[in-house]
Amino acid sequence: MQRLQKMIQAPWLRPLIFLVILIALWDFAIRIFHIPPYQVPAPIDVVITLWQEWPKLMSEAVPTTVATVYGFLLSAVFGIPIAMLIAGSRTIESYVYPLLVFSQSIPKIAIAPLFVVWFGFGMTPKVLSAFLLGFFPVVVSAVQGFKSVEPDLLDLARAMEASRLQIFRMVSLPYAMPAIFSGLKVSITLAVVGAVVGEFVGSNSGIGYVLQRSIGNFELPTMFAALVILALIGVILFWILDLIERLVIPWHASQRQDVIVAA
Amino acid sequence: MLAIDETAAARAMIQISRVAKTYRTTDGEIPSLRPIDLSIADGEFVVVVGPSGCGKTTLLRMIAGLMPPSEGEIRVGDRIVTSPHSDVGIVFQSALLLPWRTVLANVMMPVEVKGLPREIYQPRAEALLKMAGLGGFETKHPWQLSGGMQQRVAICRALVHDPKILLMDEPFGALDAMTRERMNAELQRIQRETKKTALLITHSIPEAVFLADRIVVLSERPGAIAAIYTVDLPRPRQLDVLGMPEFVRLTTTIRAHFNAQLD
Ligand SMILES: Nc1ncnc2c1ncn2[C@@H]1O[C@H](COP(=O)(O)OP(=O)(O)O)[C@@H](O)[C@H]1O
Ligand SMILES: [Mg+2]
Repeated sequence: MQRLQKMIQAPWLRPLIFLVILIALWDFAIRIFHIPPYQVPAPIDVVITLWQEWPKLMSEAVPTTVATVYGFLLSAVFGIPIAMLIAGSRTIESYVYPLLVFSQSIPKIAIAPLFVVWFGFGMTPKVLSAFLLGFFPVVVSAVQGFKSVEPDLLDLARAMEASRLQIFRMVSLPYAMPAIFSGLKVSITLAVVGAVVGEFVGSNSGIGYVLQRSIGNFELPTMFAALVILALIGVILFWILDLIERLVIPWHASQRQDVIVAA
Repeated sequence: MLAIDETAAARAMIQISRVAKTYRTTDGEIPSLRPIDLSIADGEFVVVVGPSGCGKTTLLRMIAGLMPPSEGEIRVGDRIVTSPHSDVGIVFQSALLLPWRTVLANVMMPVEVKGLPREIYQPRAEALLKMAGLGGFETKHPWQLSGGMQQRVAICRALVHDPKILLMDEPFGALDAMTRERMNAELQRIQRETKKTALLITHSIPEAVFLADRIVVLSERPGAIAAIYTVDLPRPRQLDVLGMPEFVRLTTTIRAHFNAQLD
């Protein structure tokens, strides 16, 4: 009994328990309200589809994941330096930032078809679409991170006769790291959405494509199975990023507890 | 008369001549410091007290070369200060330690920035930490230390490159009264052992009298020197000087300044 209690207290188990409860409720609701399977499939049908279609779903997951990762990397590679420029210069900020914010009110999903027009079917429009969604959160968080450096800390470094580059490398960049990582985490989940949108509008591979086709054919269990795979991609990528964060900024308050326990 | 003046100037570590500061902001000009003359001798411990906003921090930042005076000039040694220089180490109100660096690495930061030889300065950093009662804490991270310990690390960092002058801007303002008294005794000992010229800003009149060779009282903004008191209490001072008649007399006299200014 005590062992069982201890197991339930394991932090990784809790979301799983919650998930099982949700699935049970889902099953329950279908039985009670007599929801027909062409509207919402029963959980067991989804599980069976997942089981039977697993190899196919996995092979479709590959292009989606690749597009997500490339789009995300582009977001990071462009987003962080642009944030540096915006945070480092009032002039650049006044020119660029308002436009960047304004551009966010354009529904990006509406732009995705344009990428197909420009680049045809295939990987490029998906990657760009993932980049388009993932880019902004990186910039916003990184700008905020670079700007939140305590002015006294900068003065302290200047009093040591530190060069601008030294100040950036030794103070501003590490200081901004936690904010950058929170931006990257939002970015990666949005990049998954971007990749799927890219697949909706112009692709014949990937989970987005599976989703679209299964809706068209009223194969609801397949569609739900694809959603599950999509969620898995998001969770796994997020988790990898979390792991990298722990390695890069073990000193940060959000990671500290583990460090002290480990020490 | 002239000759005496010259020798005094020759022995001065810090020579402040007709220094005034007016901040120019978009709201107009903010006069913050009226022309000030002050000469601080090598090895002297000078404490500046004054109402908040009277320009104490401004004065300290100008001595550090973090910003230029609007009028007059500041000499440190035989150089006119125009930019940050290696003759000073600074301690601010908060310790401003970098959380991603260990205690030792924090103390070594000025050495790294200035590109000084590690093999010479690391033993010095370790010796400083030992002197400050922090031996054995070298590999700890700042968040594992109490507020008083963090501030002592900041003092070691200010001293590591062996500057001639230690500048401190309300360094113990955030500490509780008990810790503060201990830190005062500690600071007195460190200053005597390292034979540094010290300039300390504080709001606490007892702290000023306990530590100072001379106390400079500034008037309301824009600050000007209202009075200078020489403290003749013998050194090393123990915490029991707090009850001596001379101590009480000085604190009462200085406090009267502020009460008079309030009327
Ligand atoms: N960067 C600045 N720009 C404009 N005004 C400033 C700036 N820094 C300080 N001041 C003004 O100068 C005065 C003196 O400030 P400061 O030297 O910080 O005072 P203190 O340290 O004695 O409290 C204050 O009235 C403050 O408002
Ligand atoms: Mg101040």
